[in-house]
Amino acid sequence: MGILDAKVPAGPLADKWTSHKNKINLVNPANKRNIDIIVVGTGLAGGSAAATLAELGYNVKTFCYQDSPRRAHSIAAQGGINAAKNYQGDGDSNYRLFYDTVKGGDYRSREGNVYRLAEVSGQIIDQCVAQGVPFAREYGGLLDNRSFGGVLVSRTFYAKGQTGQQLLLGAYSAMNRQINRGKIQPFNRHEMMDLVKVDGKARGIIARNLVTGEIERHSAHAVVLATGGYGNVFFLSTNAMGSNVMAAWRAHRRGAHFANPCYTQIHPTCIPVSGDHQSKLTLMSESLRNDGRIWVPNKKEDSLAIREGKLKPTQIKEEDRDYYLERRYPAFGNLVPRDVASRAAKERCDAGFGVNKTGEAVYLDFDAAIMRYGREKALTSGHKDPTDKELRALGEEVVEAKYGNLFQMYEKIVDENPYKTPMMIYPAVHYTMGGLWVDYNLQTTIEGCYAAGEANFSDHGANRLGASALMQGLADGYFVLPYTIGDYLSNDIRTGKIPTDSPEFNQAEKEVRDRMDKLMTGKGLHSVDFYHKKLGKIMWDKCGMSRNAKDLQEAIDEISALRKDFWENVKVPGTANSKNQELEKAGRVADFLELGELFAKDALARNESCGGHFREEYQTPDGEALRDDENFKFVSAWEYKGEPKDAVLHKEELKYENIELKTRSYK
Amino acid sequence: MKLNLKIWRQKDAKSKGSMMNYTIDGIDGDMSFLEMMDVLNEDLINKDEEPVEFDHDCREGICGSCSLQINGEPHGPDRAVTTCQLHMRKFNDGDTIVIEPFRAKAFPVIKDLIVDRTSFDRIQQAGGFISVNTSGNTQDANAIPIAKEKADDAFYSAACIGCGACVAACKNASAMLFTSAKISQYALLPQGQVEATERVQNMVRQMDLEGFGNCTNTGACEVECPKGISLENIARMNREYLSATLKG
Repeated sequence: MGILDAKVPAGPLADKWTSHKNKINLVNPANKRNIDIIVVGTGLAGGSAAATLAELGYNVKTFCYQDSPRRAHSIAAQGGINAAKNYQGDGDSNYRLFYDTVKGGDYRSREGNVYRLAEVSGQIIDQCVAQGVPFAREYGGLLDNRSFGGVLVSRTFYAKGQTGQQLLLGAYSAMNRQINRGKIQPFNRHEMMDLVKVDGKARGIIARNLVTGEIERHSAHAVVLATGGYGNVFFLSTNAMGSNVMAAWRAHRRGAHFANPCYTQIHPTCIPVSGDHQSKLTLMSESLRNDGRIWVPNKKEDSLAIREGKLKPTQIKEEDRDYYLERRYPAFGNLVPRDVASRAAKERCDAGFGVNKTGEAVYLDFDAAIMRYGREKALTSGHKDPTDKELRALGEEVVEAKYGNLFQMYEKIVDENPYKTPMMIYPAVHYTMGGLWVDYNLQTTIEGCYAAGEANFSDHGANRLGASALMQGLADGYFVLPYTIGDYLSNDIRTGKIPTDSPEFNQAEKEVRDRMDKLMTGKGLHSVDFYHKKLGKIMWDKCGMSRNAKDLQEAIDEISALRKDFWENVKVPGTANSKNQELEKAGRVADFLELGELFAKDALARNESCGGHFREEYQTPDGEALRDDENFKFVSAWEYKGEPKDAVLHKEELKYENIELKTRSYK
Repeated sequence: MKLNLKIWRQKDAKSKGSMMNYTIDGIDGDMSFLEMMDVLNEDLINKDEEPVEFDHDCREGICGSCSLQINGEPHGPDRAVTTCQLHMRKFNDGDTIVIEPFRAKAFPVIKDLIVDRTSFDRIQQAGGFISVNTSGNTQDANAIPIAKEKADDAFYSAACIGCGACVAACKNASAMLFTSAKISQYALLPQGQVEATERVQNMVRQMDLEGFGNCTNTGACEVECPKGISLENIARMNREYLSATLKG
């Protein structure tokens, strides 16, 4: 076991980033033209990093598996992006955003990184507005804000329920400007198959052209991985169908430590599973919890009657409803952090109060909000003595303006009108806080290999607050990585072009080809999805919202056996040298089958509950997570040693000098 | 329900394609259209046949990956949805469903139902941006107030997901709805004014170079657009283009 040094600069918290930037080495503009950088992934982190690096003068190559950078899954983020602008004058500050994020992450994130994130958050909004991102505005023409879970201020900027889309299109437009100038060469429909190391440094990648099946070599002086999270290890998640861990996992196998794989965010407000055919889950933005009230009946017989279709939710009287979040957490109510809200929903459903056919759903009800907004609208528009019906109509207009697209999406999927009947929701896998271990400069344990956005582990600890993923992706890409990478590249100004005909490239390409051959020549018993669904079920049942030692040990054994079965018996039709979506999936699932086991091993090793990691053995008498700061105040970073069971644990001790470690309470 | 599917199969860009018939059973109304396709593919794989390839990713109607011309309509018979959000409850037992790729000269077929839409990227690269570097010193976001109506209109234009349904719906395979949506977003905002002249000229030129047809105001694009992008955008683009031409 080793101890990892995060290289967080010394000095007062608020000065660390500025003094670090003042001290690190720079590359002069003429030399930047001689330096190549590969960016894998073109979502918020990768897209913004690629654009900024190209603006600075580096030669950038971007890679994405989608047909266009504009389709990266950042696009699906709905609710908003946090920034400590304090436009609402409600007491926000960099420190408060820092504090909320560390507390929200259940004191398992790195102070220096989180403060830097808060510090640059305001610049992100300025930058995006300058790019023409159409954020929501108030009638006076200034930017509007809303509130998200786990905080007591309104600091979330948004563009209806499509904030991720608008921010991603902003980053995409910045990329397009550089593509137009010839500074970014985009490789779309390409997948990174391996990382190439030369003399211990990341010097390129092996990529597969997904249209022709050709295997390509690309060299660079540094490689940036911004390839998102690994939620699809659960098969069902809110991630895109193609979201995968391959790039990060290939880097892990080449020496990049993988940190906190067990920290997964299960989002409380998703549309419940409707049947076995389900291919993915759809999120209903957390912003809905600003106005929606979550409840289940307080009598089991009512829940049963609803499940059997004998009773409608609107027939349940106010006194027969249990607004369980408002009851358990009066200070934060419906806006508790995601991990807390998810567990509370599971607790009610496990106790028999769930409301859909499967008993795994709770209500998110907008009735009170519709009436409240209706009254406000009636007053401001001079409407005297409105009837209930008129109030409701006015209120529905307001709710539609705020959440229209989400309500429409819900209606299309569920075939019920959420303006009239409360929505049914249930938790689903949404985001992974774990990822490649990086130091303060966002460099992994491989020199010259950087990780940004959800692909790294650094800022959210054991639980991410809503609207912070977009903030982190853009902070890393626009404002952090382009500076810190210069410090490393300043040593490469005399290196010259990296050749791709070296033994290292030959070897890496050979390994990629061998692996694909092996996938193509399985015995052909079961499809890739068959294995992926089996893996997902093990993960959800045994490594999901609550975990225990017995289940986790079983998960390790089962995943290991499933992996063996997969490699022997998987069926991949078609050929490797053409477009082949089944082969693409097979490569991704193969890596999930390794990651899943490491995930369970990490969860088993962490004998405490914190944030999204809830171990049944470690809870308070009233069912809240019980942290163990004495023994587990560290980041677990796993070193690859062959099979996941052989992975070696390294620790990064977390130091809290500016924040007092407390039991997290939202009561 | 049981369905008859007629699906376009094409090995690669160079090969000739054809329609193939499949029958499929046990389809549930709560399935999305793409989940129905998953069932078909699982079936084909088990029968040692090659699955049908189609583009898809987020499956929540926002990434713009999924396409498909279903019974002659881009994204199928429902309104304001992408194919991934189209549900099988819109079909009946025994229906025959014809599934083709989006057809346009500027969208060549890659395989089966997958088309190459990089022409859209190139239109954006020609001018779909505001030239502002990431300096960290841009002025405060609230320094320029923007009227809510203008900001909202810019948002509605910016909501385009770049799926290409407008092109597939148009008898001329015109990309004017797509191109005008981006031009409108910037034309409506003060930030977009500085480069307005060059932007509209460059984007329109690229659109023509890619081989998209012209607009004859039929309005099919607006009807089929899953995001409800309005024809007003095309009118605004034409105004912008005219004024750019006059300015030279």
